Amino acid sequence: MNQNVAIIGIGYTVPKPKTPEVSYKEMTYLAAQMAYKEAKISPKEVESFVTAAEDLHEGTSIFDEYTPDQLGAVQKPMHTVSGDGIQGIIAAALQIMTGAFDLIVVEGHSKASNIVTPTYVLNYALDPVINRPLNINPHYIAGLEMRAYMQDSKTSEEDVANVVAHNLTRAALNKLAPYGAKISPKKVLSSEPLFEPIRKLHMPQTSDAAYVVVLASERIAKKKVKPVWISGMSFCSDSPTLETRDWTTSISTQIAAEKAYQQAGIKNPAAEIDVFEIDDSFGYKQLQHLEALKVYEKGKAKNIFENGDKQKLSTRVNPSGGTLGVGWMHEATGLHKVLEVVSQLKGKKGKAQIKKAKVGLAQAWRGLPTTTCAVVILKNQK
Amino acid sequence: MLETGIRLHGTALEEEDFKTHRVFYTTDIPKLQYAWDCGVAMGHYLKGLKQGKLLGTYCKKCKRTVIPPRVFCELCFRNMDKWVELKDTGIVNTFSICYVTWDMKKLIYPEIPAVIEIDGASKGKGILHLLAEVDPKQVKLGMKVKAVWKPKSEREGSILDIKYFKPI
Amino acid sequence: MKLRKVAVVGAGITKFVRRAQETAKELSYHATKMALDSCNMPLEEIDSVVHGTAPDAFDGVHMKGEYLSEASGGWRKPFMRSYVGGGTGVFAPINGWYLVASGMYDTCVVVCEEKMSSCQPHPQGAFLTIFDHTTERPLGPNLLWIFALEMNRYMQVHKIPREQIALVSVKNKRNALDHPSAQLGAELTVEDVMNSEIMAWPVTRLMVSPTSDGAAAVVLASEEVAKKITDNPVWISGVGWNLDTAYWTNRDLYYPEYVEKAARMAYKMAGIKNPREEINVVEPYDPFAYKELHHLEGLLLADKGQAPRITAEGITARDGKMPSCPSGGLLGVGNPIAAAGMMKICELFWQLRGEAGKRQVKNSPRTGLAQAWGDLMQVGTVVIMQRGD
Ligand SMILES: [Zn+2]
Repeated sequence: MNQNVAIIGIGYTVPKPKTPEVSYKEMTYLAAQMAYKEAKISPKEVESFVTAAEDLHEGTSIFDEYTPDQLGAVQKPMHTVSGDGIQGIIAAALQIMTGAFDLIVVEGHSKASNIVTPTYVLNYALDPVINRPLNINPHYIAGLEMRAYMQDSKTSEEDVANVVAHNLTRAALNKLAPYGAKISPKKVLSSEPLFEPIRKLHMPQTSDAAYVVVLASERIAKKKVKPVWISGMSFCSDSPTLETRDWTTSISTQIAAEKAYQQAGIKNPAAEIDVFEIDDSFGYKQLQHLEALKVYEKGKAKNIFENGDKQKLSTRVNPSGGTLGVGWMHEATGLHKVLEVVSQLKGKKGKAQIKKAKVGLAQAWRGLPTTTCAVVILKNQK
Repeated sequence: MLETGIRLHGTALEEEDFKTHRVFYTTDIPKLQYAWDCGVAMGHYLKGLKQGKLLGTYCKKCKRTVIPPRVFCELCFRNMDKWVELKDTGIVNTFSICYVTWDMKKLIYPEIPAVIEIDGASKGKGILHLLAEVDPKQVKLGMKVKAVWKPKSEREGSILDIKYFKPI
Repeated sequence: MKLRKVAVVGAGITKFVRRAQETAKELSYHATKMALDSCNMPLEEIDSVVHGTAPDAFDGVHMKGEYLSEASGGWRKPFMRSYVGGGTGVFAPINGWYLVASGMYDTCVVVCEEKMSSCQPHPQGAFLTIFDHTTERPLGPNLLWIFALEMNRYMQVHKIPREQIALVSVKNKRNALDHPSAQLGAELTVEDVMNSEIMAWPVTRLMVSPTSDGAAAVVLASEEVAKKITDNPVWISGVGWNLDTAYWTNRDLYYPEYVEKAARMAYKMAGIKNPREEINVVEPYDPFAYKELHHLEGLLLADKGQAPRITAEGITARDGKMPSCPSGGLLGVGNPIAAAGMMKICELFWQLRGEAGKRQVKNSPRTGLAQAWGDLMQVGTVVIMQRGD
């Protein structure tokens, strides 16, 4: 990339299923204070702010109205991206790469617990003329995709149950993951069928949290302690239309990853990337995304748990417990993944620490019913 | 090139097109419900309203008292220093006389929304509310007004615990 | 530091109508296609796509950007939707600018669309949910309130008679008669505007822009690519945007400080020291008549309280020294929120290339400025564009 960009601070609140003690503004304020402290900056120095948010997740139209105060961003350049927080980070990094900015802050938060009718909100994302009138729970879309993926990649329900059990079990070691639990693949397979092949334990549960990330140009970042450098980044959308999309492969992740690898000079991701925090919604998504990320060949991601996992990918992929363990947080989902990767690269993950982690990848999917994905590759050395 | 008279895409429809079924449409009434956490600042504010009080917060660094209250000062970006009980009187900063509802239905008796600078808060710090018990033609900027509260038993911790403001 | 140059090389627009037969996707497609065709650009050569559209509540589709991505040329491409409420139409090209200026992309198509008519019984209903859910929404506020509150404050502080504000409606609606997209072009008098129905005092019906369906788009390219596409690129020479506090009842609404800050940011980038001399054509955001005046002042193109005077003197007329809203603006062309801001960017593109037909301003403009505004009277977005020579 023609101008180096680094993360010099991240602040967050611990993800929880409910957070009645704070408003979204107060939650974000706490995360911002933490981020600014780590980056040793004042919000006055920040030149531009980006929020990742969607109106209907907030229950407010034109939600960007309510974004500046809690970040100390009053009368500053600020805009909202209606995308995952990783798209927000990319938006900020691109601004820095123009050369016109040195210091930018990205914010994303989830108050998913405040949405009383989440399934109706989700249904509202479907085509109003040809899909919505069918009036079925929109999570069936994950069922359609899981079925198509399993068929195409010759992956079994057991393989997917392994992912779910593994991630929930790993999450039990992560203080930031409220849904950690020692669960066997068998229990996953016997959990209630909801949108077959999707079962109850495949479903990510939601969390509330706020994340604030401080990004800086090389000029600023090189003066800071342990900056984490962005070495590749991209995002992509495939078809939003249910009738015309490829159900077997995450093509958007594939296209985004190719570009990010090219920027980062990565040829063999499984060997060159030490830690992956990727979308694992419904279990099968982890396998589908690992293949799109070229960590495995098509149809081979299920081998992650096989004997002879020589590359130890089962420990290097989603050591946090993934979205299944941490919780689905709408636009903030990807920012948690970035937080986990940054913590790994700084050697701060305790029991879940991947030894000598130098390069990490965070990937996010925007969730049902979208095909949009974003990828960012981070390094602790330039 | 965009010359006058050039034909562009975009087909205007009239009521007639729907009545005669020349065009189709589908309808959907969304069921989008939320229960927003008020947190600390708004929680206190609503509790105050239930008790018949208007509460603000004070930042000693910026030397200003604001309402609606927040726990942080958005200007100097630190915690607010204290809660302040304000008066339930103030002056009209600006107002409108509105003849339509939020979904554009005609009103026989217009509503008078106003920004009211609350006494005890710093200059220019106000809230949005309605004026009543006043001839719309008599409303002026700078006019002194006072909150008219719902009876104590009917208050529930809402901005509607104040029915409206009236001139004093 | 020298920034990478970014040019506008093509533009497209649909008609703006109260209720369009075309869906949101179809409107987006038509604007995108027209913009691409205008510069003979195949979609395969577009590296990135930006979409601008305001609240999802209008179209009645959650995550509307995702829904519209294909129709805007975003299939299997980096697709980004950004928004700043009503400021979105001028922010989306800023987003496109930074995608290309970053060096990561060489081309970007920027599409803005709004289909407000889907929201029934009236699109204004969607605006109820822009207010604070705890302190304001219970009062049943509507969008007219905030405009009326701001206009009243502006009028009273400067002692501006409403007749002077009505002049803006007369000028813009007349200009719109020459715009092929226009929904509400009309030949009116100040009396017509003054005597039209009072919606929310001091605002009358003819001081308000309509609700509309429509779309508009531009194609952006890096210097190297732009020079291959056209001999007549229009450069984005400055951009600025600024968001003020959400606590709008704690601000003095008589003057938009955030617009001034956005303008200063753009002037600095464009190297403009004396905007009143250097800006030859301006498209300020005019959803209500007083807003054009308010914004001309915020943009430092008129002294505080003096925009009504320069309007009355004809300086902002299409044949004046600094034509303002030669397109016909939102008051005349229509106001499909994000698409309305983008319409202004398109208008500058055509004006600066001398391609605006009957709307063409007479001062052979070299530099133009487009501005949009939105949220709770809170955000200013500014783009400065410059002819190539
Ligand atoms: Zn302060």
